[in-house]
Amino acid sequence: MEKQILLQVEGLSISFAQYTKGLRRRNLQVIRDLGLTVRSGEITAVVGSSGSGKSLLAHGILGLLPYNASMSGEILYKGQELTGRLLENVRGREIVLVPQSVSYLDPLMKVGNQVRKGRKTAGALERCRELLARYGLPPDTESRYPFELSGGMIRRVLISTALMEEPELVIADEPTPGLDLTAAKRVMGHFREIADEGTGVLLITHDLELALEVADRIAVFYAGTTLEEMEASAFQREETLLHPYSQALYRAMPQHGFQPLAGTQPYAGDSYEGCVFAPRCPYRGEECSIQEIPYREVRGRKVRCIRPELAEMSGSPGKMDRSPDAENLALTERGRMA
Amino acid sequence: MDKRQIVRGFAGLARVLLLILGVSFAAFFLLAVSPIDPLQSNVGQAALGSMSQEQIDKLREYWGMNTPMAVRFWNWAWDFIRGDMGVSLLYRRPVAEVLLEKTANSLWMMAAAWVLSGVIGFALGVWAGANRGKWQDKLVTGYSLLMASTPAFFLALVLLMVFSVWLKVLPVGFAVPVGTAAADVTLADRLVHGILPAAALSLTGISNIALQTREKMAEVMESDYVLFAQARGEKKWTMIRRHGLRNIALPAMTLQFASVSEIFGGSVLVEQVFSYPGLGQAAVDAGLGSDVPLLLGITVVSAVIVFGGNALADFLYGIIDPRIRKGRERGR
Ligand SMILES: Nc1ncnc2c1ncn2[C@@H]1O[C@H](COP(=O)(O)OP(=O)(O)O)[C@@H](O)[C@H]1O
Ligand SMILES: [Mg+2]
Repeated sequence: MEKQILLQVEGLSISFAQYTKGLRRRNLQVIRDLGLTVRSGEITAVVGSSGSGKSLLAHGILGLLPYNASMSGEILYKGQELTGRLLENVRGREIVLVPQSVSYLDPLMKVGNQVRKGRKTAGALERCRELLARYGLPPDTESRYPFELSGGMIRRVLISTALMEEPELVIADEPTPGLDLTAAKRVMGHFREIADEGTGVLLITHDLELALEVADRIAVFYAGTTLEEMEASAFQREETLLHPYSQALYRAMPQHGFQPLAGTQPYAGDSYEGCVFAPRCPYRGEECSIQEIPYREVRGRKVRCIRPELAEMSGSPGKMDRSPDAENLALTERGRMA
Repeated sequence: MDKRQIVRGFAGLARVLLLILGVSFAAFFLLAVSPIDPLQSNVGQAALGSMSQEQIDKLREYWGMNTPMAVRFWNWAWDFIRGDMGVSLLYRRPVAEVLLEKTANSLWMMAAAWVLSGVIGFALGVWAGANRGKWQDKLVTGYSLLMASTPAFFLALVLLMVFSVWLKVLPVGFAVPVGTAAADVTLADRLVHGILPAAALSLTGISNIALQTREKMAEVMESDYVLFAQARGEKKWTMIRRHGLRNIALPAMTLQFASVSEIFGGSVLVEQVFSYPGLGQAAVDAGLGSDVPLLLGITVVSAVIVFGGNALADFLYGIIDPRIRKGRERGR
């Protein structure tokens, strides 16, 4: 049974007004036409490399962009537009953020005070202690300052802050960098637990493998936009992935041959015509660099590719030494055969 | 207290003593090379003309003009170390006594200016920084820049014009009413006479602390931890109270203690304008009148006050900032 949709983002764009030399104003578009869905009791992992605008997405949903940023598109929370009153009411209560690093804690305030948001009621004290204990933090953590804690402890403190409330949606921004594999897996497990209690989790990460261990859905994030959204199980086989970039991610995983994709992502703000992935795409055709590529429904999932059939048919032979050109050739041949 | 702390304490003390020695020597040296003739400036050309050579020689002896400068400095330093600050040549009273009286006059005025500029400057800085780019910010920044470019003595003159000459609500100068016996001077008299000098000093002192605080506050408001506080639903004034004040208090405190020297420097000029018989005015008199013992005494007192302010700031910082405090505790 499909779980209830909690957060739905459609056509989200975020750009910055910047003044270049000569005081010319230009728009630096960092996020463009992004879409994703989070359901109650599920983890949707947004997977993308760093610098591609993932934190910005998290802050944008919470309405916390810097003054020189502007945002357009639709963010629906439980079917209602997440703006103004509603946003003020749910921010920090129903929707909570687990931020990216220790810099999001006040360096001069004791951890306990921060977790409790300054509340001193018996209930708050009790809940705070419970949470710290739940995440295996020693009781004296409360009276410590952030600089006295290790990276792993900070992560768990940050997660605790989220659970001081009874959130319906947790937005976790890169919760694992700097942790060793065991610690990272444990942190991911914490988010799985939170989801299993009925909360929706938007898990932002650059680590596909870790995400696949706990997430229900994956949103493939590339240069400020989503290229494909699918059930995490789709990543079990290359053939079930529709977008060429998703397939490239699959092949880049160690257990699938560790083949990196040639080229690099465009920088935030680089302008492009047509498909953002076209320059690196083995299946690109002429039409790919001309028209705007819509984020459309294909076989029950959203994909931003106008020729996903081609990619689908390629069905990775798993050759180690394929250059993009060789790939292209193989593809046309197979296309002829069909 | 462990060994390391004791060593650090002694090192600090030694540094202060060395600095005092250096500063007093510098003051002495400047006097020695100054072109001012003590006899001409203190006795007067006309009086000197009517004196016999014998009398003039006596005067030269009194003003120390027959002793080489190095010897005089050595004599002064040796006496000073044994607790004797010498006798003021101008006032013909022990330097310690003169200093005590002048310091008492100046100190409360400077303290009032220091507290006022600190409190007001801090409040304005918080207000501006929390509203960066808005009219509040522009108002405070504008005021501060204007004040920072206005010399204290000029401001003192303006205040004098407005309040004493035009409005006639405050006295023109001096520390007590003119023509009143010392015994009849009330505390209220003293307060009223100190208002304008203190105001002139604090009005200029505000700008520095306000600008610095504004900068820090704006920085804090753009920090990740304030963004997170916002994400957790904290309201603006809660954030300012919980995170803003906490994080700007320390730098503001350091700056405020360091500003002791500026207040001190400003007081020299301001006291001159208001004919306020304080330490600053005595310093000017001693310098122009070649009163070496008094000038050196004042130098030492001011050095102690200024260094004391800085040392206190360091000390408090170490106690208050957990990052430093805990670091030291762990260092044991
Ligand atoms: N205040 C800002 N002004 C201009 N550009 C910004 C600003 N904040 C972020 N960006 C741009 O957005 C990009 C994405 O940043 P971020 O969301 O932190 O990426 P990620 O979290 O994926 O590592 C950055 O590379 C930067 O170019
Ligand atoms: Mg980030």
